[in-house]
Amino acid sequence: MKSETVLQPVSENSPNDAGSLKNTSKSRRARDLQSRFLRFLTYGFAMLTFSLLLYMIMDIVIRGIPGLKPSLFSWTYNSKNVSLMPALINTLYMVLFSLLLSIPLSVGCAIFLVEFSKPKSRFSEVILMAVQTLSGVPSIVFGLFGSIFFVRFCHLGLSLTSGALTMVMMVLPLGIKTTQEALREVPASRREASYGLGAGKVRTIFRIVLPGAMPGILNGIVLSTGRIIGESAALIFTAGTLAKAAPDLLSSARTLAVHMYALSSEGLYIQQTYSTALVLLAVTIALNAASGLAGRLMKRKNDHE
Amino acid sequence: MNRISTKTSENIMRFFCLLASVISIISVAMICFFLFANGWPAISQVGFVQFFTGTVWQPSAGEYGILPMICATGAVTGLAILTGFPAGVLCAVYLVYECPKKMYGFFHGAILLMAGIPSVVYGFFGLTTLVPFIRNTFGGRGMSLLAAGVLLGFMILPTVASISLTSIQAVGQEIYDGSRALGSSHEKSIFHSVLPAARGGILAALILGLGRAAGETMAVMMVAGNQPVMPAGLLEGVRTLTSNIAMEMGYAAGLQREALIATGAVLLLIILLINLLLSVYERKGKMV
Repeated sequence: MKSETVLQPVSENSPNDAGSLKNTSKSRRARDLQSRFLRFLTYGFAMLTFSLLLYMIMDIVIRGIPGLKPSLFSWTYNSKNVSLMPALINTLYMVLFSLLLSIPLSVGCAIFLVEFSKPKSRFSEVILMAVQTLSGVPSIVFGLFGSIFFVRFCHLGLSLTSGALTMVMMVLPLGIKTTQEALREVPASRREASYGLGAGKVRTIFRIVLPGAMPGILNGIVLSTGRIIGESAALIFTAGTLAKAAPDLLSSARTLAVHMYALSSEGLYIQQTYSTALVLLAVTIALNAASGLAGRLMKRKNDHE
Repeated sequence: MNRISTKTSENIMRFFCLLASVISIISVAMICFFLFANGWPAISQVGFVQFFTGTVWQPSAGEYGILPMICATGAVTGLAILTGFPAGVLCAVYLVYECPKKMYGFFHGAILLMAGIPSVVYGFFGLTTLVPFIRNTFGGRGMSLLAAGVLLGFMILPTVASISLTSIQAVGQEIYDGSRALGSSHEKSIFHSVLPAARGGILAALILGLGRAAGETMAVMMVAGNQPVMPAGLLEGVRTLTSNIAMEMGYAAGLQREALIATGAVLLLIILLINLLLSVYERKGKMV
């Protein structure tokens, strides 16, 4: 008898709420076995995932920080300092060179799909299918193609150019998709207003549509940058593994991710590998923050309607 | 005068945009052409049956059988789906229905970050943490099918989670409310009403995850051990199609190089089939 009165407050929050429709929130926990099990699964897997991610980041940060010495950032690489600076510079070259080509191509393709082609036309569907296919191609296949076509067939050799051209093909679908979405988010009323004032199509695209879609386009650029920085499989066989800042476009260039793979497979410089991983991780986090910011800007810009 | 120049500039613009659009089609066509054209001679020289059913890969002895690699890719991908797919869907459920509103941005950001972390970083983490863990807990050398599968599962999780997230969010509130009104608990409403309603997107997430897992190279190569033998057990080393290419492409020449390209062509064929599955499925979904 007594124990029951003690248990009562625990068993149910407020019996009055039991039948009320207002009570659709999860605050009243169901107690049957199945619900409990499903809740346990959801919380368990989510927490496991996030703690694993946190563990991975902390592991790399904690073991990477002691290696962040000035010698790691010397201008030239040798087996003593294991500097990542040449690789960092090459990464910058690679990103700039690839983006220089991929931005106009992906923006042009997206403009064609959204502004010029008739929706659901056979041709635009073929383009979309090609883009979708390209986005599913594994990076090693891009690498293989690059080494057959750019390196050998075009005689570009293991070079910055071969690598960048391969990267352009790889990030093209990402750029097209994000730009296409951004262009679609610009309200049709703005285009119509522009036409109504007598502006032509080209002027409308450059003055109205592109500025409105700018944050979305920037987001695509940021995501492409992340893909290029993180890529290794496609670059090893196209840009090569020379650990020296590339003096020209036709020399081999090892990017940061390739550098990290090389260090890791040599297995001699565990400390420096951790530090390189830390730098890569920091760049990834910074790019992710920039992408989030661009997304918020895009939302704000087109919420004014 | 002015009207003509507007028309002209529009045509120029249209032409350049058209040119940019055709690049993707050309890219796909060229990738297929060069891989299949360069891979075919090796397949015909080794022998079609021998190439696909041979269980020995030993370039120095002229043995080129890729069956072990096909099986390994299948096994690693299966294991990745087994671990990464449920976890990804459950993470999406957590984000939509369970996590505190204030934390949504943080957890969603974490999923996006996971998708952006380079595969070499995953591979290195697997090499320094997962491999020793498996070696100490289950024995063996650590570099194994299990290590590769679990690591890949973790890597495809963000892909599965973000696509599931979108499709769960697209399910109307009335489906959840209706289920609750009929007396189901919060959890049962999600798993018996909302998730079945979102199954289209979730299945698409599964197929996309499949493609990601089959195509991943560096991380798998770093933890799988890379012995070109038939997968013999969870704790034995394996070599996937992707890592076979990456392992030997650096120095291969002649027939070996062509055989590696043929391996890539087989991988591409698998990925194209997965893509086809996805697009057929999406088309069917639109019609219903």
